[in-house]
Amino acid sequence: MLRETHLNGLLMLALLIVPLAALALNEPFIITLATKVTILALAGVGLNLALGQGGLISFGHAIFFGLGGYSMGILASHAQSFTPLMEVPFLIEGTKLMPVIWIVAIAVSCLAALLVGLLSLRTSGVYFIMVTLAFGQMFYYFAISWPAYGGEDGLVIFVRNEFPGLNTLVPIQFFGLCFAVLCAVLFFVSKLNKSAFGLALSGAHFNAERAETVGIDITRVRLVAFVISAGITGLAGALFADLNRFVSPTMFSWHTSGQIMIFIILGGVARLYGPIAGAAVYIILEHYLGAFSDYWQIYLGLILLFVVLFAQGGLIGGLSKREAAHD
Amino acid sequence: MTEPILTVRDVHKAFGALKASDGISLDLKPGEIHALIGPNGAGKSTLIKQIAGGLTPDRGTVHFEGREISGDTVYERARLGLGRTFQISALAMQFTVLENVVLGLVGESGSVFRFFRPVMKNPAYLERAHHALKRVGLQDHAQTKTAELSHGQRRQLEVAVALTLEPKAFLMDEPMAGLGAEGSKALTGFLRELKAEAPILLVEHDMDAVFALADRISVLVYGKIIATGSVAEIRANPEVRAAYLGHEEVEA
Repeated sequence: MLRETHLNGLLMLALLIVPLAALALNEPFIITLATKVTILALAGVGLNLALGQGGLISFGHAIFFGLGGYSMGILASHAQSFTPLMEVPFLIEGTKLMPVIWIVAIAVSCLAALLVGLLSLRTSGVYFIMVTLAFGQMFYYFAISWPAYGGEDGLVIFVRNEFPGLNTLVPIQFFGLCFAVLCAVLFFVSKLNKSAFGLALSGAHFNAERAETVGIDITRVRLVAFVISAGITGLAGALFADLNRFVSPTMFSWHTSGQIMIFIILGGVARLYGPIAGAAVYIILEHYLGAFSDYWQIYLGLILLFVVLFAQGGLIGGLSKREAAHD
Repeated sequence: MTEPILTVRDVHKAFGALKASDGISLDLKPGEIHALIGPNGAGKSTLIKQIAGGLTPDRGTVHFEGREISGDTVYERARLGLGRTFQISALAMQFTVLENVVLGLVGESGSVFRFFRPVMKNPAYLERAHHALKRVGLQDHAQTKTAELSHGQRRQLEVAVALTLEPKAFLMDEPMAGLGAEGSKALTGFLRELKAEAPILLVEHDMDAVFALADRISVLVYGKIIATGSVAEIRANPEVRAAYLGHEEVEA
């Protein structure tokens, strides 16, 4: 059996090599698939912080994925039509610059998570799942019924946004950018998991009574984790919108929340690299099984069932030896 | 007379028709072990929850170091210096022994919102954690998963975590439960030393331990304290004998 760190390394290496090989073989579609895996994995890494580490089963992370997407869509649509977002009391113009869009996407997602979290973290267990789902549906229907930015039809952005020094329309360059973002976030989250905050968060998950008895305000810890988690998923949303050059209310739908959750369950709950394995398997299945049958999700369902029943550590857990959590 | 650290005054708590606390008053003075005994269903756990947080009294107050804490949350009371151990071990079972103790240190030092420094490599925490483990005799199990500890070892770990808080008072809910004669004896000796650091409110079924340790005993029956006094006084009290000691039951 492999050590978990080695497996994680192999996984990242594969994610890097596949698009490079595709570039050499002139298969741009594979590069796009790899980019999709990278971005969806990023969304999963975000959710996994709340769901895996914190035990907060959020069925509303599509809110943040969607907000990230619409942050990009709204800013870029104003930039491409040369109309400012607002002029009074001060001028805000659209932008095509990714770094600015990312910051806005993260800030908007974090703010929304603060509000959603303040209200939903009063509940726990099934109620928390239902409350976050309800918030998700609110955002979904709002996006559908708000005509200013395309309503149900969504928003098309004609040219991919810019990143200084790169031509983001070249698939491999955009992949490289997304991969770098994923690596940076993985580094950040791995630090976080091993910090005092990470210990308090999993302590509150494993035994809330214990965490409180040593003087930890578990609601605040969970809220902060929820906000950080949302910021990461929001960033992924902005990248996903840029990959497709399109945003639509689908990004807010509960299917999206469920999909991100599936990446985590497939890959391994609370395992940092789990969502990467999960997203990769999901996209590969979607692509290759989808070619055989429109009902490919039946097979996905069988695999999920198998994982939940027999391999609760997911792919990462099933293929590697468990190491001490805070080594 | 020294000022008590913990004062419970006329606390009432009812669940429907059941009066779990019916005007309870007691205090805990520096340097003492005050044992709280009483038959099952007497309202000991309800009282503990009102002192440690989690249950708010219907009436009456709880003061800790002169400050009213009746409305404070569990974590606020812990931060004030109330160290608690549980009747049924409340530990993060998926953590190692050391992680459980370091979690206590994180809470005690109020450094929860540190996001970058690896907490399990913090030399100050590790030193204090190992010291606490050594004091309860778990020094060889620092890297053991908590779920793999024996029942008795979990009780020791509970005490070690409480120690890391450097509490001003301990609240111990049946620390001897399920320990066996040998473990019980060792813990008795340890608690006798510990009370010099911080007084202990001890809820305990093991009468040998209570009589060996307690400076004062309060007897709780049906939500009321029927007697408070020294070991000798309680032993001689006819009311207590009738209510409790006379027909000693063997409890799990």
